[in-house]
Amino acid sequence: MSTDDTLPIVRDDARGDARQSASPVHAIRRQPTIVDHGRHVAARILFVLLLVAVGAFFALPLAWLFIAPFDATPTMAVTWPDWTLANFRRLADNRYALGSILNSILIALGTAAVTTVLGTLASYALSRVRIPGRDGLLYGMLLLSSIVTGTAAMVPTFQLMNAIRLVNTHTGVILVLAGGLLPTVIFILKDFMDSVPKSYEESARMCGARPHQVLGHVVMPVARPGIAFVSIWAVVQVWGNFLVPYLLLRDPASQPAAVLMYTFYTESGQADLRLISAFALIFALPVLLIYFFVNRKFGFRFHGGIKS
Amino acid sequence: MKSFDAPAAGGRTPARRRAEDVAGLGRVRALLFVAPALVVIALFLLFPAVWTIVLGLTDYRLTGVAAANTQFVAGENYTRALSDPSFWNSLKLTVVFVALSGVVGQSVVGFLLAWSTRHVAGWARTVLESVVLAAWVIPGSVVSFLWIALLDRRGGTLNMLLHMPGKAWLIEHPMTVIVIFNIWCGTAFSMQLFSSALSAVPPSQLESARMAGASGWQQLRDVVLPTIRGHVLTNTLMITLWTFNTFTPYLLTAGGPAGKTEILSVYIYQTAIPGGQLGRGAALSMIMLVINLAIALLYMRVGRKRS
Repeated sequence: MSTDDTLPIVRDDARGDARQSASPVHAIRRQPTIVDHGRHVAARILFVLLLVAVGAFFALPLAWLFIAPFDATPTMAVTWPDWTLANFRRLADNRYALGSILNSILIALGTAAVTTVLGTLASYALSRVRIPGRDGLLYGMLLLSSIVTGTAAMVPTFQLMNAIRLVNTHTGVILVLAGGLLPTVIFILKDFMDSVPKSYEESARMCGARPHQVLGHVVMPVARPGIAFVSIWAVVQVWGNFLVPYLLLRDPASQPAAVLMYTFYTESGQADLRLISAFALIFALPVLLIYFFVNRKFGFRFHGGIKS
Repeated sequence: MKSFDAPAAGGRTPARRRAEDVAGLGRVRALLFVAPALVVIALFLLFPAVWTIVLGLTDYRLTGVAAANTQFVAGENYTRALSDPSFWNSLKLTVVFVALSGVVGQSVVGFLLAWSTRHVAGWARTVLESVVLAAWVIPGSVVSFLWIALLDRRGGTLNMLLHMPGKAWLIEHPMTVIVIFNIWCGTAFSMQLFSSALSAVPPSQLESARMAGASGWQQLRDVVLPTIRGHVLTNTLMITLWTFNTFTPYLLTAGGPAGKTEILSVYIYQTAIPGGQLGRGAALSMIMLVINLAIALLYMRVGRKRS
């Protein structure tokens, strides 16, 4: 497309200059011939084929997720299905399947609640009061959260949770995950808080509002998009997290879907594909929906922070 | 820093502070607001980092004699780790994994996708982007199974398409598989980042380059790359950090067969948790933390220079 647009310009130029100089630049500006045109079409076709191939590479593994759950007899291969919805009924018969989804919801919402509440309080105070060393503190926290990842900190985290008896509890998982997300949440929310006009708070204070009332009735409603953004972001971050719950939750009844999914295909001898396929789709769907909905709304910013 | 921009500040410090603290929080209450978050961060981010150093100097184990009677062993974990061929094997695999799947694979595929679709509009682009994004959004344990199904020896889609029944990809080429798998999972980030970077390249510059007869490659090299150099650097560092810390390949190969895909994150897990050697694992974690710190500091420096 880009070449088509400029062709007339190049041609006009070439008419004037072509005979005057034989430099390489001018050599390019000659009249397009049939051969050039053929080459152009060939390049276009090659380009499209290449894009289709790349698309196929990304789509091929995904196809199973959207086809096998609706197949009465799913195999490992992607084949034309014998349409049914019975596989989803099978989920209800499995002792752990629904429970694990509930565990996932509990962990995701719990982490989102902890990070959002603590993050809102902290970011508001950091935005409005000049605490000594504030910028250093913010950068220090961000640095810490990017280097102390789940993988690098799994050993001390495991031992800490053992020592304070939070192993095998959802509280433990929620706190560990919240600790990892909080610096980023505070950073994002502080940006939102900084943009809340200060005159609103001044007027509220004139009318005699207490600081917590100012926060609850004036600032939070204005900063609501930011608060909604970080809580959704936290949910998406936590929903698929495998390592932390895998490390800290040993009882299958308390494990979230991310861990159960892994257990399903590694420990159950002959894998039950009807169960696994339906379960995988149910488990993946919330983040897919959130993602495509929110991504459209927030654009790349959401994307950039995700899975950090 | 923000207050310097405020036009009403007038230059006097007390006035400025009051102008900032419009809610009348005061320092004490502000600290109370910040404290809960700081406690959680200190306990679950700062403490693990510090405790890694302490733990790495002991022979702490999960079970056995050393579990009840933990001894200070100074640098023994480090000297043992550094003289263990399995550590060097793991480090080598990690470098290959990060370089091929992250720095080269994800960046290049992501950039090429962004570059080649920049003028494609409509459903074709939406479909392509959605597929690439889906690979990135779907939880790790699900995509791992999707790949296990794809590569399955007897009934997998890939063997069916290639007419190669019985080809055991995960056993014969495990490292290649996790590299390609990781490119598949992570390309979306580079694609999105480069798409937004490319849309910021001034069209007028490209136009004049084209009028001067520059080919697509010349435009890319002389106009586009210099403009988005900062993004390339950001992208490379972020991807390096993430790829270095990813645990998802464990879900596909569990480090096997015979340690052939035991990248550092998996190696630490195997040593510390099933292996029970927490002291040794902590020493290895320390090495990982130091490498993370180096990458993160570099990133922050680059970021500050850009802003």
